[in-house]
Amino acid sequence: MDLTKDLVAASATPLVLAILAEGDSYGYAIIKRVTQLSGGHLHWTDGMLYPVLHRLERQGHVASKWCASENGRKRKYYRITRAGRSQLAAQRRQWQVVDDTLRSIWVQECTA
Amino acid sequence: MSIPADRSPLEEQIAQWLAYLRRRRAFHGPDVEELEGHLRDQIAVLTEAGLTGDEAFLVAVKRMGSLDELSREFAREHSERLWKQLVIAPHATDQTGTATRKEFIVVLCLAIAAGVAIKVPALFGLRLSPDDEVPIFYFRNASLFVFPLLAIYFVWKRGLGVASGLWLALPFAAGAVFANVYPFRTAGDTEVLTILHLPIALWIAVGFAYVRGRWFADGGRMNFVRFSGELVIYYVLIALGGGVLTGFTVLMFAAIEMKADWFVGGWLIPCGAAGAVIIASWLVEAKQSVIENMAPVLTRLFTPLFTVLLLAFLATMVWTGNPINVERDVLISFDLLLVLVVGLVLYAASARDPQAPPDFFDGLQLLLVTSALVVDAVALAAIAARISEFGFTPNRTAALGENLILLVNLAWSAWLYARFVRGRGSFAALERWQIAYLPVYSVWAALVVAIFPSVFGYR
Repeated sequence: MDLTKDLVAASATPLVLAILAEGDSYGYAIIKRVTQLSGGHLHWTDGMLYPVLHRLERQGHVASKWCASENGRKRKYYRITRAGRSQLAAQRRQWQVVDDTLRSIWVQECTA
Repeated sequence: MSIPADRSPLEEQIAQWLAYLRRRRAFHGPDVEELEGHLRDQIAVLTEAGLTGDEAFLVAVKRMGSLDELSREFAREHSERLWKQLVIAPHATDQTGTATRKEFIVVLCLAIAAGVAIKVPALFGLRLSPDDEVPIFYFRNASLFVFPLLAIYFVWKRGLGVASGLWLALPFAAGAVFANVYPFRTAGDTEVLTILHLPIALWIAVGFAYVRGRWFADGGRMNFVRFSGELVIYYVLIALGGGVLTGFTVLMFAAIEMKADWFVGGWLIPCGAAGAVIIASWLVEAKQSVIENMAPVLTRLFTPLFTVLLLAFLATMVWTGNPINVERDVLISFDLLLVLVVGLVLYAASARDPQAPPDFFDGLQLLLVTSALVVDAVALAAIAARISEFGFTPNRTAALGENLILLVNLAWSAWLYARFVRGRGSFAALERWQIAYLPVYSVWAALVVAIFPSVFGYR
């Protein structure tokens, strides 16, 4: 199932922050984790992740560092910051509201 | 990132993809590296899963998304990158970094030298102070304070030999002699003519250093023309900033009841004006590949406007029958107008692709040149009438010579333009003509400086 562009864009921020809250990571691993978490349903165009990461970095929600990877090449690792964590909490509450609202109306539909 | 000499087809493909990426302005070095890392991780996983290198590359690139979309997203996040930035000091570690720093030091030294040079005559009693009039010595020698240093900069930058450097010293020495040995009547016509013409005569010596002493080689002269135009624009911009600095200097010291006039008039303005020429030249050199040239843009903007001006002037003159009033100021303004038209033609040529077919703008240029030609002919007739009535004076003779020189240039340009617009000739011919004509201006200016004073008895 393909999600609409708007929904992908809207969910990108909380997803990336939530994944980074599990531990520091880098672009490719984040994409892999998204695929894994969604059971392959949520599919991003790989390149699009990076502008999102750069925006979060500019906003101070994540910080980045170049480190050597296991294969010897440099790799840019991202880490969630304190501001990122509070942003994640805020986003979580917002999504909860959306989720609750949709759930309640769909439950009504089913029972009606 | 090092690339081995014999690359596998996969490496070749990756390198090509990275090259496409780098060509887009939205991506900077680290982004490219980050995306490269992603691409390689993806390819590694895919080949492990059994795909061949080729297949893995195709899939990985496809998953990365189209370059257009990607660069649009990056541009949205990094909108500042769409503005070309003039970065003068790049990475301090690499080779170009040290070269840039070295150049900056040389430029700084030369700019300071120019500032010092302008204060040297003060040691001999020719003081610059806001209360007295500026000694006319400074005006006569204005170009000699700065142009030799500018020539030294280009001799250094282009790696010219000492021998050519010494040859270049000759015109400046000659200029210094002609500007200072003649017993001018103070602020007489011939002295003013020397003040106006010496910089034009010496500018070609700077040009000679600029093109590495190879005046006729590979487009160097046109580059010098471009350089000159950009230099003027940068100089004006720096002068505007300098004006603000000067204003605040006076204001702030006035606030604490101190008069900063002596510093501003005696040091800040003269030293700044001299040093700024070197700094502006360096900026033009440094930014030439980074920022769009401004002179051709102004040319495009003003060619139609000046065409309208000239046509309106001619129409009014015909309508009212008023003749041109041959005063000195009027003569000078006509000469300047024609110089401007020649400049518009020159800078239009400097920015034009010689291979492109004629377009509307070329027709406009032809109209501009033709109307300037008519105006020039009218002015020339007025000067000739004046001369036949009252005889030769230094000013009239200089104006006559300059008008003739510009007339010849414009006439031949008009002819070449007309041929080009009608599809009978190439634009390159026009460009060649404009370039070949450049030394004529300097030679005439040199004649005015060298011969006029004695011919006209230093009036």
